[in-house]
Amino acid sequence: MLSKTIKLGFTLLFAAVFLAGCASSSKPVEQTPSQPQAPQSVPQTTGSDTNTVQPVEVNLETVFYFDFDQSSLKPETRALLTAHAVALKASPRAIRLEGHADERGTREYNIALGERRALAVRDYLRSEGVNSSIEVVSYGEENPVDTSSNESAWQLNRRVELK
Amino acid sequence: MNRTIQSLLAILIFIYSVSTRAELVIPIVQGVDNPTVIAVSPFAYNGAAPLAEKVADIISADLYRSGQFKTIAASDMLSFPSRQQDVVYRDWRLLGSEYLVIGNVQAIPTGFSANFSLYDVVSQKVVLNNLKVNVGSDALRDMAHYVSDKVYEAITGIRGAFSTQILYIEQTPQRQYRLIRADMDGARPQELLRSKQPLLSPSWSPDGKSVAYVSFETSRAAIFMQNIATGKRTQLTNFQGLNSAPAWSPDGKKLALVLSKDGNPEIYTLDIATRRFTRITNHFGIDTEPHWSSDGKAVMFTSNRGGKPQIYQITLSNRRIERLTFDGDYNAKPQVTPDGKGVVMVHRYDGVFHIAVQDIATGNIRVLTQTALDESPSIAPNGATLLYATKDGNRGILAGVSLDAGVKYKLPAKSGDVREPAWSPYLTNP
Repeated sequence: MLSKTIKLGFTLLFAAVFLAGCASSSKPVEQTPSQPQAPQSVPQTTGSDTNTVQPVEVNLETVFYFDFDQSSLKPETRALLTAHAVALKASPRAIRLEGHADERGTREYNIALGERRALAVRDYLRSEGVNSSIEVVSYGEENPVDTSSNESAWQLNRRVELK
Repeated sequence: MNRTIQSLLAILIFIYSVSTRAELVIPIVQGVDNPTVIAVSPFAYNGAAPLAEKVADIISADLYRSGQFKTIAASDMLSFPSRQQDVVYRDWRLLGSEYLVIGNVQAIPTGFSANFSLYDVVSQKVVLNNLKVNVGSDALRDMAHYVSDKVYEAITGIRGAFSTQILYIEQTPQRQYRLIRADMDGARPQELLRSKQPLLSPSWSPDGKSVAYVSFETSRAAIFMQNIATGKRTQLTNFQGLNSAPAWSPDGKKLALVLSKDGNPEIYTLDIATRRFTRITNHFGIDTEPHWSSDGKAVMFTSNRGGKPQIYQITLSNRRIERLTFDGDYNAKPQVTPDGKGVVMVHRYDGVFHIAVQDIATGNIRVLTQTALDESPSIAPNGATLLYATKDGNRGILAGVSLDAGVKYKLPAKSGDVREPAWSPYLTNP
């Protein structure tokens, strides 16, 4: 259900980025404010509907989700990271990738798992030609988004955040 | 006037003793089927004001929490003997008590002194005859735990571990992290460190004087060592990537730990004096959670090199690696029992995470806990019980279980989430 929403979001988003890139090759990507909004699982900052110029990354989902005890990237994550790579190459900046795990299993193993996930994201961005500095930190299960003990909370907590 | 001061003082002492009561509260969930019945008669005291702690109550609570004893309430007792000549066996037989502890406390210049005895009511014999213990003026709880240790050992044949301590991590409702040291019954909690960033993996040095842990205070993970008495801290690692899971070697000279500076989580040893790191594993899988064998010649660890997390052991002299667990698809965080015969671990059974013990010789696994999301097992130095972390609703709590699974108890915190218990080595001489 969640992943379906995200998938739809990516399709829209990817199209938007692609179109923005085609519109004019001389025009920097971040100067295209009026693209369709992708569904967000992270709340937008208030006033985002004003027509101020924003980097396109602000509109890209910056949280990537994983399956239990897995660090492989889902197809929708790859598509999203490709979009991030485009943006990061257009306006390079130092980024930080924070890896997280759900509460199941042991803490130290989860720290290692969180790092695996963040490294998978880093490696993908590198393969897409991102050369800017990427710091990787794993918090394991220490910083959950949702502290409940159920499948939907665990799903939200198994993630990498791009900052 | 004098009287006013006295009663004020009494009130103050009362408030003090209430506020220093256990931050962790202990309900017993399950005890053994046929507990030994024991009575601890209130200890006599010749001082003017009552003692700040009820020594007999602490002893009773210790023995009760072990799950192997049923204790008799003072309100049910027919007499309160504190000396040999006052003991009437019939009074205790009537109550069904198999054993009786009596004692008396005297003030001495350095604090308090106690004499205590243990009687076998059934055979009408003195088991412990007028033993003596001296403690400082603020150490009545130590006195009580000492008596508990002696009584427990005399009856069960197993050395008592009531004088030991625990470390644990608390996350406050304000999301601050605290490293706490407390008595093994949760009393006298003392904050060793507070941070806004995660603290985890506390590990005792074998002499009980230092603790190693992971702190994110530098915005990423680093391993620190802290002297408990002085509070002096030393940062031991600051590598790119993981700095995780410190575990002290039995001789106290090395730490096994996890670094991913070469791109992959591997087990290293760190010589604390020379600061030399030696990499001991080399595999593209995750290797973590090192734990030393009691002779210091091997290190157990968790690895997913076979696809799923399982427990392996590496012999340090020849780097030979052996897989120890085969039962189930998630076995992690190994800890060897003090007798060297078993490995305690986190074991996923039917999709649920429990604490289990595996017999090393036979490979048989026994699940010890029935709660879910159980992790961080830490065995008492006498091998009789272990503490672990679990969840009660949405709150992290500590819980205890005996290694024969017969006794279970909980130690929930008054507030906040508690996790990652680490049971100290013996801190006193036998």
